[in-house]
Amino acid sequence: MEGFGVNLAFWTLAVLTLGSAGGVMAARSLFHAVLFLIVAFLGVAGFFVLLSAEFLAMAQVIIYVGAIAVLLLFAVLLTPRADRNNAETAMAAPAVLLAIALAAVVIFVIQDTDWATVTASPELTGAELGDALLSTWILPFQVASVLLTAALVGAIMLIRSSDEEAEDER
Amino acid sequence: MPFFAATENWYDFRDLSNLSRVILEGVADLTGEPVAYVVAILIGFVASFLIFVLPSQLIVGVYGERKLIGRMQSRYGPNRVGPFGLLQPVADAIKLIQKEALTPIAADKAVMYIAPIVFVAPAVLLWAVIPFGPNMIIADIPVALLYYLAVASLPALAAFVAGWSHNNKYSLFGAMRIVAMTISYEVPLVLALLGVVLLTGTLSLNEMVFWQKETTIWVILLQPLAFAVFFIAVSAELNRTPVDIAEAESEIVAGYLTEYSGMKWGLFYGMDIGYALAASALAATIFLGGWSLFGLDKWIPPWMILVGKTHLFYFLFIWTRGTLPRLRIDQLLTYAWKYLLPISAANLLIVATERVILVENDWVDKDLIYWLLAAINIVLAVVIVVGWARVLGYKPDSVPTRPRLVSEVGGYVPYDAAGGR
Amino acid sequence: MLELEHFLTVGALLFAIGLLIALSKRNAIAVLMGVELMLNSVNITLLAFSRFAESGRPISGQAFVAFVITVAAAEAAVALALAAAVYRNRDTINVDQIRLLRS
Repeated sequence: MEGFGVNLAFWTLAVLTLGSAGGVMAARSLFHAVLFLIVAFLGVAGFFVLLSAEFLAMAQVIIYVGAIAVLLLFAVLLTPRADRNNAETAMAAPAVLLAIALAAVVIFVIQDTDWATVTASPELTGAELGDALLSTWILPFQVASVLLTAALVGAIMLIRSSDEEAEDER
Repeated sequence: MPFFAATENWYDFRDLSNLSRVILEGVADLTGEPVAYVVAILIGFVASFLIFVLPSQLIVGVYGERKLIGRMQSRYGPNRVGPFGLLQPVADAIKLIQKEALTPIAADKAVMYIAPIVFVAPAVLLWAVIPFGPNMIIADIPVALLYYLAVASLPALAAFVAGWSHNNKYSLFGAMRIVAMTISYEVPLVLALLGVVLLTGTLSLNEMVFWQKETTIWVILLQPLAFAVFFIAVSAELNRTPVDIAEAESEIVAGYLTEYSGMKWGLFYGMDIGYALAASALAATIFLGGWSLFGLDKWIPPWMILVGKTHLFYFLFIWTRGTLPRLRIDQLLTYAWKYLLPISAANLLIVATERVILVENDWVDKDLIYWLLAAINIVLAVVIVVGWARVLGYKPDSVPTRPRLVSEVGGYVPYDAAGGR
Repeated sequence: MLELEHFLTVGALLFAIGLLIALSKRNAIAVLMGVELMLNSVNITLLAFSRFAESGRPISGQAFVAFVITVAAAEAAVALALAAAVYRNRDTINVDQIRLLRS
């Protein structure tokens, strides 16, 4: 990948995504943390576009920003004000060490390995992704739909209050 | 007639993309690629926004809407500032800029400041994928429709955040309502558009226009049910008046806009019109053939055709706004889940069946087949809507409600529409 | 000149930040946010391999990402329902105060 635009996009997105991910860590209010998370999701969608996966980038924005982030905001809204801080537990220091160690190891492996890469982008369209999902990956596709249904039913059952259950039994 | 087809010359105003290409090539020669990038962005947004959108937004959106609604409600509408009140939008803008932008003490100031900006940005970004002509499209990406849906889901988030930041219970009610509405109506909206995608076999808006140009039939005839669902769902997403419960002033002051004043409020107000215009442009592109007009697009500039069709749809929005009363939140959510969702799912089944039939049979006279399908689909649409309403227990009144109520209390109903009298 | 390593590094850093958030935050919702960031970094890595690596079927990377997004959506819904249920019963969603199994 060469060219001014691609480079500009990559470095902007890298700073944006990692910076807002750090913002999720640093923000003092849980609500602000979710807002930083939304920016990080958008940055990741930008990376998807750079990696020529436009369909998945749009799916990322629709699902993560349009659904999951809204769900998180709702969850923050439904917790009481006292619990809306974004504080750390006593395990924060070991967690920092672990995260740094992990990042160091993984980045070392990335730099050390001699990757067999191609320079030309494989031309992948949304139609090909659809074909692959409905031919090679048809079984995982069906399992994923069952999983979504199970998650839907499970979430509804978990969130129901005892009043509503009593109402149903009547 | 090749003579009349749009040429590659920069002065051919039927295809403005030539002009921008000439400018960009000149800039790239003079200064190099990086500057050309910036200029390309500027041209794309300045041209589409300032030339097409802003005049529409100010003249049609603010002035025309108020004037039309005024006429529908037997008023004059704005008629004081300038000739015919034409300068009313300018006066409004000056007033809004002068006003003080208040911020409550307990508000989340940073979020309250950012929310209008986040609300405005997607309204501009939406226009990137609307094709104004065969070449006049800022980003001709293969997943244009998904891009539109993705970007159009951002303003609801901004409105939610805005409502939360005020620390005001009415704002919070508005915010909760807007999210509930968006989540509910997003599902039938996407299902309805999926019907069109199945029919045309593409996610690219420009290719949809080409498909309608080739088959010489508009999708609105082939997919009347999808259009009805789309129109209702999109006006719910846009918070237009029959369904604007997120800022219902008779219930929750002004919803998520309660604490905004001055130009911050003005941005929300102006961009509501911007979103309605963008949605009209999308509807015109998908359902009414976009920039094509039965071959006339060789003579008339295609972008003029698209702007005309956009305003046709925008008039539909104004019309519903001027005519229908506001609904309650529970009515609207019930409507989305119990009526629109099954209807759009049924539409999807029908269009999938038709698509399979079309693909598996190789008919010679495709045009006739499409017109036949259109007739079948219109009949099916009526049958499904009426049938589903009957299934859910709705019985149309033989006597309209208002005359019946009037006659029940012993009043006099002057016209014969009462029937029962 | 952008290579595979650039994207993998971004993915690794994002994963580390997500792990840090998931391990160190008190609030269950914040922990969930860390998990979502980790899933996103995995998606970047998968797509980077799909775009750059020598392979006969580059589309498989995209298919995997589609599944990861699906699973993430299901996971978020169930996890937030769990958080709400825990809050209703325990009056807190701080993970270090939910210690019923400790005698």
